Amino acid sequence: MDLKLQKIIPQLITVLVVILVFGFFTYNAQINMENRGIDFGYGFLSQESSFDVQFSLIEYDGSHSYFRAYLVGLLNTILVSVIGIIIATILGVIVGVARLSPNYLIKQFAAFYVEFFRNIPLLLQIFFWYFAALRALPLPQDADAILGVFFLTIKGLYVPAFIWENLNVFLYSIIAAIIAIVVIRIHARKVQETQGKQLPVFWISVGLIFILPLLSFLIGGVSLSFEIPKLKQLATTSFKYEGGISLPPELIALTLSLALYTATFIAECVRAGIQGVGKGQKEAAASIGLNPNQVLKLVVMPQALRIIIPPTTNQYLNLTKNSSLAAAIAYPDLVLVFAGTALMQTGKAIEIVSITMLTYLSLSISISILMNWYNKKIAIKEK
Amino acid sequence: MSKINFLKPDKDNLTTFLYMGSFLFVISVIDVFLNSFFSLNITGFLPASLSFIIPIILGFIGLYFIRIEHSGNKLLDQLNKNINTSNFNAILSLLIIFIIIKSIPPVLSWFVVDASFAGDSKDVCSGTGACWTYIKVWFRRFMYGMYPNAEQWRINLSFIALALLGSVGYFATEKFKKYLTLYYVVIYPFIAFLFIFFFISGGPIFFDFSYGIIAAVISIIIGFFIPGRFKFYYFIFVPITLYIALKYFIFYEELIELGKLDGLNWVETGAWGGLSLTFIISFFCLIFCFPIGMAFALGRRSDFPLIRYISIGFIEFWRGVPLITVLFMSAVMFPMFLPADFFIDKLVRCIIAISLFEAAYVAEVIRGGLQALPRGQYEAAKSLGMGYWRMHIFVILPQALKLVIPGIANTFLALVKDTPLIFVVGLLEIVGMLNLAKTNPEWLGFAMEGYVFAAIIFWIICYAMSKYSYNLEQKYKTER
Repeated sequence: MDLKLQKIIPQLITVLVVILVFGFFTYNAQINMENRGIDFGYGFLSQESSFDVQFSLIEYDGSHSYFRAYLVGLLNTILVSVIGIIIATILGVIVGVARLSPNYLIKQFAAFYVEFFRNIPLLLQIFFWYFAALRALPLPQDADAILGVFFLTIKGLYVPAFIWENLNVFLYSIIAAIIAIVVIRIHARKVQETQGKQLPVFWISVGLIFILPLLSFLIGGVSLSFEIPKLKQLATTSFKYEGGISLPPELIALTLSLALYTATFIAECVRAGIQGVGKGQKEAAASIGLNPNQVLKLVVMPQALRIIIPPTTNQYLNLTKNSSLAAAIAYPDLVLVFAGTALMQTGKAIEIVSITMLTYLSLSISISILMNWYNKKIAIKEK
Repeated sequence: MSKINFLKPDKDNLTTFLYMGSFLFVISVIDVFLNSFFSLNITGFLPASLSFIIPIILGFIGLYFIRIEHSGNKLLDQLNKNINTSNFNAILSLLIIFIIIKSIPPVLSWFVVDASFAGDSKDVCSGTGACWTYIKVWFRRFMYGMYPNAEQWRINLSFIALALLGSVGYFATEKFKKYLTLYYVVIYPFIAFLFIFFFISGGPIFFDFSYGIIAAVISIIIGFFIPGRFKFYYFIFVPITLYIALKYFIFYEELIELGKLDGLNWVETGAWGGLSLTFIISFFCLIFCFPIGMAFALGRRSDFPLIRYISIGFIEFWRGVPLITVLFMSAVMFPMFLPADFFIDKLVRCIIAISLFEAAYVAEVIRGGLQALPRGQYEAAKSLGMGYWRMHIFVILPQALKLVIPGIANTFLALVKDTPLIFVVGLLEIVGMLNLAKTNPEWLGFAMEGYVFAAIIFWIICYAMSKYSYNLEQKYKTER
């Protein structure tokens, strides 16, 4: 009896406190909204937004709804995050491996990079790239072409656009190649388990992924051409590029700084992962007759990845959350478009901030649930 | 002398290869050096593209010649082992050496040689280098924000006093060592709070402060005559009673006159800014987020399911959202949740928001430490008859915290690096001040200098912190 009470009372008190605090907040919110004549509700999402967004992946202008503005912001956030994650991963893996290089110069260079970019606030780096470094670029009319087709100017980066014909056939061919590769891998594993023979899976895969799309060009009627941006004069001193894809300087500054900053953390994860695999593992693998490639593929990487992947996913999440700093340089991401402009116009603080937070929250939680599942799957099963 | 095979450098012709290799290598370095320092191109007679890659080719051949294993020459072996293990490594080493040589002159000329330091107007900055005059003129703004120039000694004095009080730990004798934790956890933050909220902001609140001082002094003096048994209760109740009595019943009017220090003007928090604000915010958030985080870490590992779920909800909520939205919430949403006549200062709201945010991260780090402890520690403490709190305070937490020093240090570093985000609520610490100064019509075009300056400051702070945490980690390392 006594023990039971001891267990229940602290919990009751805690729950009571939490309920009281929340009740206090909701009560005040209701009174405040009544006083100011604001009504609570999410109906505004379908209203006409009547503001413009500079850069958007889907068609959008002032006549669309607030919900579409939300989608524009979300897509822009995802765009920055995906590009940033790709660059950061490549850079991070290179730097992480370089930090373990036997070459003294490379090791020091990588260490310098990590220590330098890790210890400067991300916001400062974004400001630096956007306000200082990218402002030093030439005007559109003075810009030289890089490789003949890229134009890096103060108004952004202009790249050629792809113009596809029968794009769907091309995509089907890639999907077919991937399915074929998976089937071959499963088959190869079976062959190895039953007969002990190794099939050249890697080369077959490379061949398939090149040959099938190539066939789609030759037979399937797929064709690809480029639209190269061209300089066009608007007024005597005003020029702009037409055609192709233009990436605004905000996007460049943001992805660049996010990638450079996050790569330092990924590099540390990679280093820790590779160092975490014991020397004995490599020696044991070599002593049973595996060649260096097989040692890396079958023994070192599976163990290193087990250490590398969880913290790296964490860094991906951080990068996605940090992309909200876009608001500081007016890149139209979720925070700027929705929690900034839309909030200013509607005044619906509680609704909009809660939607924004919930979006990030569901993004993070779904990834961390996925991570936990993966972690459990690859954890070493000890007896 | 045996036959020389140029494709296979060997030990027999060591001297020949060594001379040839070093000669080629030195030539390549000199070429790049002259090119970058004196813009002299000694291979200018060749076509442009060839003259561009000739140093790499020469250097590569040079390094190939001197790559002789077990040559017996200690210096050469060391060199080969460190930068010249394979062809690929040799090229990378060469590239890094050339990049360093190439980048020294422009960096040096921008930072020092062509930079302007003198004067106090924009006119002196006509060169191609950096304009450090800009930093010099705006230095006070970058350090103190909009804090009035005449009052800035208050910030300096407070920080110096706090630094001195903070260094007490190094001078404490053995006798006082056991009180240090109490001092740093309870007394020091309290003193810092008084300093910052009464001395730096100044003004009418100072009256209350003076009552507090008088109450404290009187109760300490009387405290000497109280028998030891009652001292604990005495110091809990008497100072507060005295304070209330002084404030509301006894010398009301007289003390207002006494408490007024001439010239200590009220400076509202909106005027605070610059690097000092970075320090103030980091300091308070650091103090608050640690105990909150510890509480939630314990809550997450609690046996009570309700407490556990509430803790999990709290931690996952703050970890799942970006700080900028939290600050947005504190700016636009939080005032809606409070009674209409209840006003909380912008800075305080900011500190609460950042503290709660970082507390979630601290909680996860500490939970990692708690999980890493072997079960035996818990069981041993319980078998000695310790209760929950005794077990955690004397056995578990000291070990767990020792384990998570690096993680905690990383969280604190993240906190310091996150302070610039307070621009969202309109507070301007050093990065915010830079953006303000950048748009001043008299000082346009010096964004680069400002950001480089701030970057150097932040880099020094963060690097020093990470090195310090590394030292702590080494100091408290216990062998298991």
